[in-house]
Amino acid sequence: MGPRALAQVLRRVNFPADPEKLLIGLDKADDAAVYSLSEELALIQTLDFFTPIVDDPYLFGQIAAANALSDVYAMGGQPILAMNIVGFPSCLEEEILSQILQGGADKVKEAGASLCGGHTVVDEEPKYGLSVTGTVHPDNLLSNSGIKEGDLILLTKPLGTGVMVAAIKGGFTSGDQSNPAVKSMLTLNNTALKFFEQYQINACTDVTGFGLIGHLLEMSENSSLQIEIDAPEIPIFEGVREFAESGLLPAGAYKNRDNYQKFVSESGQRDQTLYDLMYDPQTSGGLLISVAEADAAELLIDLYAEGLDVAVIAKAYQGEKGVKIKWE
Amino acid sequence: MKEIDARGLDCPKPVVLTKKAMADNEEVLVIVDNKIASENVAKLAQKMKAEVSIVEESADYFKIIIKNTGEKVKSENNKAAVSHPSEAGKVYLIASDKLGEGEEDLGKILIKGFLSTLLDIKPLPEKVIFLNSGVKMAVLEKDVTATLEKLESAGVEVLICGTCLDYYDLSDQLEVGEVSNMYEIVNSINSSDYVRV
Repeated sequence: MGPRALAQVLRRVNFPADPEKLLIGLDKADDAAVYSLSEELALIQTLDFFTPIVDDPYLFGQIAAANALSDVYAMGGQPILAMNIVGFPSCLEEEILSQILQGGADKVKEAGASLCGGHTVVDEEPKYGLSVTGTVHPDNLLSNSGIKEGDLILLTKPLGTGVMVAAIKGGFTSGDQSNPAVKSMLTLNNTALKFFEQYQINACTDVTGFGLIGHLLEMSENSSLQIEIDAPEIPIFEGVREFAESGLLPAGAYKNRDNYQKFVSESGQRDQTLYDLMYDPQTSGGLLISVAEADAAELLIDLYAEGLDVAVIAKAYQGEKGVKIKWE
Repeated sequence: MKEIDARGLDCPKPVVLTKKAMADNEEVLVIVDNKIASENVAKLAQKMKAEVSIVEESADYFKIIIKNTGEKVKSENNKAAVSHPSEAGKVYLIASDKLGEGEEDLGKILIKGFLSTLLDIKPLPEKVIFLNSGVKMAVLEKDVTATLEKLESAGVEVLICGTCLDYYDLSDQLEVGEVSNMYEIVNSINSSDYVRV
């Protein structure tokens, strides 16, 4: 669903919430809910599922799981337990479902969590995802709020999975692991976590359905700072530019653009394709890590040494809330 | 004129059908039922260097006429440029101002020796990239700067990590090499044989 339609639906519903215990709820549009269990322990709860984005069921299972697990990592937490959510047509071979579930199970194992059971319904189109529970020490909890003036924002995966998925569905490119975007989507977002205690990380989120701009706007909104994007630094997947120019932008990219562009200002000559890609909805996208300027270079080098395709893509300034794109 | 009715179809199907039709027809008429699909079809036509005009437009009906302007558009090849590491030189990643573990002074002597030896190897390196404390050496050590100048004039690309320059506050002292960003550095490493020093 588009962000505007969803916001309208949610506005009409009263959700129960214990303000003492619920450290992060619906109000901040964060990646997951966080519930305080004790002074030393908070529970992170999240859920995500979607229809197949690649033909290979085992890869699809892995991607769906990496995507669901990412919300826990984006809060600075460690996943401990997961359950499956499955929709599956009665006309498809059961072997396909086994492979999807094996993909998910292997990813959860890689994350060091347990997976036990879930729920399956008959559905016209296959759907798969996970509900994931994680834990975090409340002192290490990271939200999409909390950016500080002068922070640099790192992006840990290139942009363009939405366009790439459209290109895969359209038969323009392959949907196997030779495709860098497929490889990226099934990569867990846990690599950055081990460095978080060494550096001053002020906020974190992952880039998903609302695109780079949508998620940066949430960060800006929740911390009342302006975020300036250094456009030439933004990494995009090989081939994605060509596909975006050929009209393979998913509907979500247009919805995000229509919804968010009024909060975006620009300086310099716009690169229209890169501009479109900044609104591209991402599946299992990278983390946006807001780090104190003094720590940014070292964190960047550490992540880079781990093999991440990471870049410093933005900086937080005192100023009007919103996102500014610097094209040159 | 070939006519395509792509109403009721989700992305990317209207684009796929249009692309197929354009391969065999000079003129294609496409009907879609939403603005997103019409923008995407128009983008495709522009990309394929065809003339495109939206002749009818309402909330849920868009009629688009595409004219291939004669030049046969060659089939797009989206494969990444393939590098041939065996023919080209290697990429060297210098992430420190010393070579190896051990006495610091020795490490510093060794890395300078290493860099000057790069001038003599065949094929010459394609790129030498400086990161972290490697940047300090590339900017501040005169003998290293001199070596890098020679490498550059021999056609070797010398890239200096811009973030690291900023971090060590050396940006205004850079004399040799090009300031680079992490994206370029990662790309250089991904697309060739590289050696981390």
